[in-house]
Amino acid sequence: MAVVFERPHALTDKVFSYCPGCPHGIVHRLVAETIDELGIEDRTIGISPVGCSVTAYDFFACDMVEAAHGRAPAVATGIKRARPDNIVFTYQGDGDLAAIGMAETVHAATRGENITVIFINNAIYGMTGGQMAPTTLPGQITQTTPYGRDVKAAGYPIRVCELLSTLDGVALAQRVTVDSVKHVREAKKAIKRAFENQVNGRGYSIIEVVSACPTNWGLTPSEALCWLRDNMLPYYPLGVYKDAYPEEGGAKK
Amino acid sequence: MAEKVLMKGNEALAEAAICAGCHHFFGYPITPQTELAAYMAKKMPKIGGTYLQAESELASINMVLGAAAAGVRAMTSTSSPGLSLMTEGISYMAGCDLPALIVNVQRGGPGLGGIQPSQADYYQATKATGHGDFQLIVLAPSTVQEMVDMVFLAFELGEKYRMPAMLFSDGLLGQMMEPVVLPEPGDIKTVEKPWAVTGHGGKRKHNIVNSLYLEPNLLEDTVRARYERYAEAQRTEQRCEEFMVDDAEIVLVAYGASSRICRSAVTTARQQGIKAGLIRPITVWPFPNDAIQKAASHAKAFLSVEMSMGQMVDDVRLALNGARPTYFYGRTGGMIPSPAEVLEEIKKIQEGK
Ligand SMILES: Cc1ncc(C[n+]2csc(CCOP(=O)(O)OP(=O)(O)O)c2C)c(N)n1
Ligand code: SF4
Repeated sequence: MAVVFERPHALTDKVFSYCPGCPHGIVHRLVAETIDELGIEDRTIGISPVGCSVTAYDFFACDMVEAAHGRAPAVATGIKRARPDNIVFTYQGDGDLAAIGMAETVHAATRGENITVIFINNAIYGMTGGQMAPTTLPGQITQTTPYGRDVKAAGYPIRVCELLSTLDGVALAQRVTVDSVKHVREAKKAIKRAFENQVNGRGYSIIEVVSACPTNWGLTPSEALCWLRDNMLPYYPLGVYKDAYPEEGGAKK
Repeated sequence: MAEKVLMKGNEALAEAAICAGCHHFFGYPITPQTELAAYMAKKMPKIGGTYLQAESELASINMVLGAAAAGVRAMTSTSSPGLSLMTEGISYMAGCDLPALIVNVQRGGPGLGGIQPSQADYYQATKATGHGDFQLIVLAPSTVQEMVDMVFLAFELGEKYRMPAMLFSDGLLGQMMEPVVLPEPGDIKTVEKPWAVTGHGGKRKHNIVNSLYLEPNLLEDTVRARYERYAEAQRTEQRCEEFMVDDAEIVLVAYGASSRICRSAVTTARQQGIKAGLIRPITVWPFPNDAIQKAASHAKAFLSVEMSMGQMVDDVRLALNGARPTYFYGRTGGMIPSPAEVLEEIKKIQEGK
């Protein structure tokens, strides 16, 4: 029988611990497929964050480091400076990347650290049970914004790609989502470019994935994707916010 | 033998670290460790190493963590307020069993405190350099030469026991100039690091550097195994210098800058017929309990002298376990005790006041 669909080599055989319908699994797969296609698993070092994907070190088959909450870009910097020939990526949630780790994020980006950042924006703190994130939408109900996010008291959500796109060190800042086959394909292409940039020594690349947290949004997986389309995408438009090497874009390989 | 050169403590330490094969320095500016980082900034680019000025001490310690996880010798240097920010990363490094060098050139605290020399971070260095059950190797130099020698020792012990190691200095030692002999290149003792993340190269299962154990029994087992290594370090790595301790009736205990002051106070006391001596902890962790207990066989009293409100004195008392009276004398906030003040304390004890 012909094999038509396989687990990427860069994923271990550990079963994901994510909730049913959580897009973390899709994004893990896209990262692993990319690592396979570029043939870089043997020299890749991944960094898992504090958040739902904290145990990503069990799922990716490359060498892995688990970082403190928000510090993944600093840990990645240390690894990359020690081993410039290795491929280093971080995988971070919105609380990790844009709240507690914003300083590390901005400075890794402005230094043009030659790393790849996969950023999961699900507008909520998943792991701790659904508190407000820096990306929680105005009016969005969470455990810590029970009356909806009041921007007068809690401020406005942060658009990370837009913010980072002003920095000279950034090679690629692109926002994608994985709510449909078409979007999954685009996300894959973007993630692949973010890794290729690193292989080519282009500097900091970030792919923001607009994601969902059905569990803490209190929705079924399919309702969550509808909510994502109706609410997240208008506030977080998909697209390329910075591409310092556009001539290398498009469908390579 | 290699030639003697006159160097500032902070710069000698930096040069020694490079000699020890540490080519990755991550730091954030703070007085009074400034010369150390400046020296690294000048030297590292010339030898193909990394000098990186991080955005904060939170970042710099986590960069050290990353580089250490990748298997290279890495270091940072800071002073007290910066060390406070690093405690998160240090706890993670201890939890990941990562060796690296952390230099604390102590200054007065709490808060922004001052920029003059101090020893008020002793509790932080030896009792709680972050959350959780863990220890660091903590080495306390008292001369510029020792700052050089201890850099090598810190890397070696850190790698042997898989612990972060701290060089516990202060503004006085950091700024002071003394003649030193720098080590010959090639004196580096390193160990294999099969646990490091280097890319698995298709040759082994993936390595994971991690401090998370969601199953409490696994976490307990890991911490207990780590504490067995700590116990081994406590058995075999206690280091101190004894000065006129053999027949001493009053034994001073002091490390780093304050030990230099105590040495002259002891010398003067002896000239005046008082049998004083000095135990100078070189490792403040593991604390030299054995030497203190041994001295208790002839000493009548102990006096801990510190540039703090009294922190190490607790360890002296714990070592003695009530066997002998233990006194404390200290100045704080950047004030340095004078030999005359210390002599006065010795005399008070002698006269039973
Ligand atoms: C220093 C620190 N503060 C707080 C926490 C608790 N904590 C764990 S996960 C988390 C939020 C993670 O949210 P996010 O980054 O959005 O990732 P997600 O869980 O949604 O994937 C928090 C606050 C922690 N582990 N460490
Ligand atoms: S809590 Fe939310 S983000 Fe976390 S695994 Fe479940 S669905 Fe995914």
